[in-house]
Amino acid sequence: MKSSHALAEGPGPAEQEVNYLNADYGIRSWLLTIDHKRIAILYLVVITVMFSVGGMFAAALRIELLTPRGDLVQADTYNKLFTMHGVVMIFFFLIPSIPAVLGNFLVPLMIGARDLAFPRINLLSWYIYMLGAVFGTYAIIAGGVDTGWTFYTPYSTSASQTQVISTVFAAFIVGFSSILTGLNFIVTTHKMRAPGLTWFRLPLFVWAIYATSLIQMLATPVLAITLVLLLLERGLHIGIFDPALGGDPVLFQHLFWFYSHPAVYIMILPGMGVVSEMVTCFSRKQIFGYHFICFSSLGIAIIGFLVWGHHLFVSGQSVYAGILFSLLSYLVAIPSAIKVFNWTATLYKGRISWQTPMIYVLGFIGLFTIGGLTGLFLAAIGLDVHLTDTYFVIAHFHYIMVGGAIMAYLGGLHFWWPKITGRLYPEFWAKIAAAIVFIGFNLTFFPQFLLGYMGMPRRYHVYAPEFQVLNVMSTAGASILGVGYLLPIVYLIWSMRYGPKASANPWNATGLEWQTPSPPPTHNFDRVPVVSQEAYDYEAMGRALGRSH
Amino acid sequence: MEKLLFFVPDQASSVASSVDLFFFFMVAVSGFFSVLIALLILFFAIHYREGGPAAEKLRAQREEIEDPIAHGHGRGAMVLEIVWTVIPFGLAMVMFLWGTRLFFTLSRPPADAMQIYAVGKQWMWKFQHPEGVREINALHVPIGQNVRLTMSSEDVIHSFFVPAFRVKQDVVPGRFTQTWFRATRTGTFHLFCAEYCGTQHSGMIGTVTVLEPDDYEAWLAGGGTVAPGQTLAQMGERLFNERACNTCHLPSGEGRGPSLVGLLGSTVKLEGGGTAVADETYVRESILNPAAKIVAGFQPLMPTFQGQLSEEQIVELLAYMRSLGPKQGGATAAALGSEGRKP
Amino acid sequence: MKRWGEPLADHTEAHALASHHKHQFETIEQQQETSTLGMWAFLVTEVLFFGGLFCAYTVYRYLYPHAFAAASHHLNYVIGAINTAVLIGSSMTMALAVRAAQLGNRRSQVVFLLLTIVLGSTFLGIKVVEYHDKFVHHLVPGPHFQFEGPYGREAQIFYSLYFAMTGMHAVHMIIGIGMLATLTVLAWRGRFSAEYFTPVELGGLYWHFVDIVWIYLFPLLYLIREGG
Repeated sequence: MKSSHALAEGPGPAEQEVNYLNADYGIRSWLLTIDHKRIAILYLVVITVMFSVGGMFAAALRIELLTPRGDLVQADTYNKLFTMHGVVMIFFFLIPSIPAVLGNFLVPLMIGARDLAFPRINLLSWYIYMLGAVFGTYAIIAGGVDTGWTFYTPYSTSASQTQVISTVFAAFIVGFSSILTGLNFIVTTHKMRAPGLTWFRLPLFVWAIYATSLIQMLATPVLAITLVLLLLERGLHIGIFDPALGGDPVLFQHLFWFYSHPAVYIMILPGMGVVSEMVTCFSRKQIFGYHFICFSSLGIAIIGFLVWGHHLFVSGQSVYAGILFSLLSYLVAIPSAIKVFNWTATLYKGRISWQTPMIYVLGFIGLFTIGGLTGLFLAAIGLDVHLTDTYFVIAHFHYIMVGGAIMAYLGGLHFWWPKITGRLYPEFWAKIAAAIVFIGFNLTFFPQFLLGYMGMPRRYHVYAPEFQVLNVMSTAGASILGVGYLLPIVYLIWSMRYGPKASANPWNATGLEWQTPSPPPTHNFDRVPVVSQEAYDYEAMGRALGRSH
Repeated sequence: MEKLLFFVPDQASSVASSVDLFFFFMVAVSGFFSVLIALLILFFAIHYREGGPAAEKLRAQREEIEDPIAHGHGRGAMVLEIVWTVIPFGLAMVMFLWGTRLFFTLSRPPADAMQIYAVGKQWMWKFQHPEGVREINALHVPIGQNVRLTMSSEDVIHSFFVPAFRVKQDVVPGRFTQTWFRATRTGTFHLFCAEYCGTQHSGMIGTVTVLEPDDYEAWLAGGGTVAPGQTLAQMGERLFNERACNTCHLPSGEGRGPSLVGLLGSTVKLEGGGTAVADETYVRESILNPAAKIVAGFQPLMPTFQGQLSEEQIVELLAYMRSLGPKQGGATAAALGSEGRKP
Repeated sequence: MKRWGEPLADHTEAHALASHHKHQFETIEQQQETSTLGMWAFLVTEVLFFGGLFCAYTVYRYLYPHAFAAASHHLNYVIGAINTAVLIGSSMTMALAVRAAQLGNRRSQVVFLLLTIVLGSTFLGIKVVEYHDKFVHHLVPGPHFQFEGPYGREAQIFYSLYFAMTGMHAVHMIIGIGMLATLTVLAWRGRFSAEYFTPVELGGLYWHFVDIVWIYLFPLLYLIREGG
């Protein structure tokens, strides 16, 4: 704290060198920081570890599926692997990824604030996340869990012999981290905007994070109480969902998906925000249909709460409930389509530079389109009967979450890397890695659409021989994808030390975050910025740059 | 029919070809849009690349003239927004209606369907034919005959999935769920459990064998895998008498419990107001938990049979009740199977 | 391009002015509005948290109306009513504490906060007696659950929900009392004034919310009738 005051006193060229990274040293200055940028780094470190752990589980799964016989690991081990892959990737990587890393770092910078509204609660969120991670790690070390990340009753409450309680407790705890992060962003967006930064001048990333935060705040508590009921039932043998007492195991599915379907939008909406920022920057053009994109974010957040029942089409819920959920699921597809068309139109008559973040954007649009459109297959109730619980579903949501959310996360990480670290990443290697990720991803997951239509059920340790060819292709793709993910970890870490120093605005981007030095000082802005224009006025910027040359 | 494409499973049921047709419609629509978007972004990204002729020309022009459509302003842009909102919406509604129509077919068993019962447990499928024949992890059905499956689970949730029939239905403990199909091709097809159910989930598989009607009769007469002494309904009747159900549930309706003649499928008035449809799940609840819904005019006297009857025995009782047929002169119970068939 | 505006409000000066002014805010007003919005947002998440329980309750009550009525008869509605009165009383003393803070009256603020703590603890004490009674009569769900009459199974679901709902409520009460104790100490040390009493106000919001939850729980659990 002391140093930040010292900084605020005399802004001058000599002070450029003092920034949030070198303002203070020592482990204490990191673990007790309330600076949103440092907390973002704390998240970045742990979720990268979590992503690697989840990725290793995935690698083991794919190797096992090379042969139809189930000869690498035993059935129980396989079941634990896919469960822990899901739990780690969803609760500990995808949900916090963009909001907790990029959101934490960028939201205050983008709205011209010194910090989030509640910096201490922000740090508390990270500690809650870590506490959840401790329980999750304990569950893994103590033997793992085999319920599937969905924890369906009555399997999870009575049949499973594994570490259900500690895993569910981990998910319960990490949920509060998510709730508090969302709450912080909501209040920050409402109350901390710089003078002149009206709602419709906000960067679309902030809109996307705002919509995401609404979901985090409103859906996560329902998951929390559902998991409490599950814990009570398993731990104390009281009956809530137990069919032997007249309880309804499908009620658990309703409550679970009331959170977990909106949670899909927690994962993809921030990615859409990242893409909106990058597509306009690398097209040197104002984004097409700003209002349509921001309202479609809100539309997705709201309608997304009403579609959970499409996970239960074959669960025995009433036919009419199924039809209603099918209709609503089609409605939620429209805002996503609007976004895709607007991004595409942004490219039209632009001046497109093929930088690494833009390659991720192009990949994202293509893969998200496929992921979204295959969602329409599953929303069609008559077709979902055949497709649900097969590899078609696996392929679909990996196109959204890996092809969508992770592509956007990687793109965003490259885009803001100069701002976060003050260093440029090696462009050549980054382009190579982006291409490898794109190719590896498609080879991994496209065959799974076909497997699904052939009828291969998900969560199968041993499978029928006719499914083998496509599974081998998928595993081959996964090994390419693995290389694609390893490369950025290596060269990004390398660039922190050896990368060329970045200027304040290496991409010539609009947006307040580019008007502070790279990396920014602890207090973000020497003067409170006043905003007098709409977001993404790249033409005006282009003219200004043109004149100055 | 030969296989259309390698990833399309055998079309062995009456609905398979309509599901596939819808699937290919979806593939066509989404393929069109995927390719359209991919071509557009690639074309734009290459054509308007920085330093390329098109981008430089535009850069020179931009000093003088504004192009409202390119910037997402003005009427032209609004028209575009409306077009790409309305067209996907229209297509989505077509998909919704088509998918829903298909689902109506899939979810409504025809009235003349023959009844087979299935019980899922970790990790096997058990089937009971009305003739009394039992099978494990194998199901034999005649070609061209509507088959209704009524399913329950002994432990956790399972899901009955036959890809060649394009049929899937969760099997949930504590209730009955249903599905139906009409096989159109002889042969042996995969049966999978599609809802994760524990260690040997991927081993909870079996086969569905579709036979010509004559072969099916011969197979039944041969006793299948377990020799039948009696039909399922006869076994149920024996159980009904053994457990002394018959002392209260007199056919005349004058006993301490309501008459069961023609009960299945009818609507009953409940004590304390309200009605309930006496379907399989209702009967199941009434056996295991008699007090939950008391028929108007009766006392909650019946003891619970929770834990005293297996899923198979409940199925036998149901088959017996089904064989009692519709009430004399009463409302005919809907959708009663063809239990009359005796071997 | 954005224009640069006026310089930052001087931190050091702001700190000198008011020790409770946090660095990220421009003005005290902004800080207070932000804290209040934060508490309301938090209460919204709490509504959803209890909402899941109310949803489960609704489903099972719809499925088993008679069983719920029968099980509810074993709850003592007199005790429930007394507890309701105690809690409403505590809401009143809490409101008075906030008013005392607004007026800058340190003494009555501390007195009313202490009274609120006493009433809240009374509520919990009565709850403990009730729980003990359920334990003695084997109405705690689990292997030892016993319920006479035809509704043994569904009554267990009722009591599972009863303990989950009132237990979650009690956890919130305990957190609330801890929070009130902190506020009492701070008030005693004279940390609040007529200009700055946001924490007391927010504590009041939370306390009223917890009371309102009980106002729903009481009729839903204690006052069910046959055929309802």
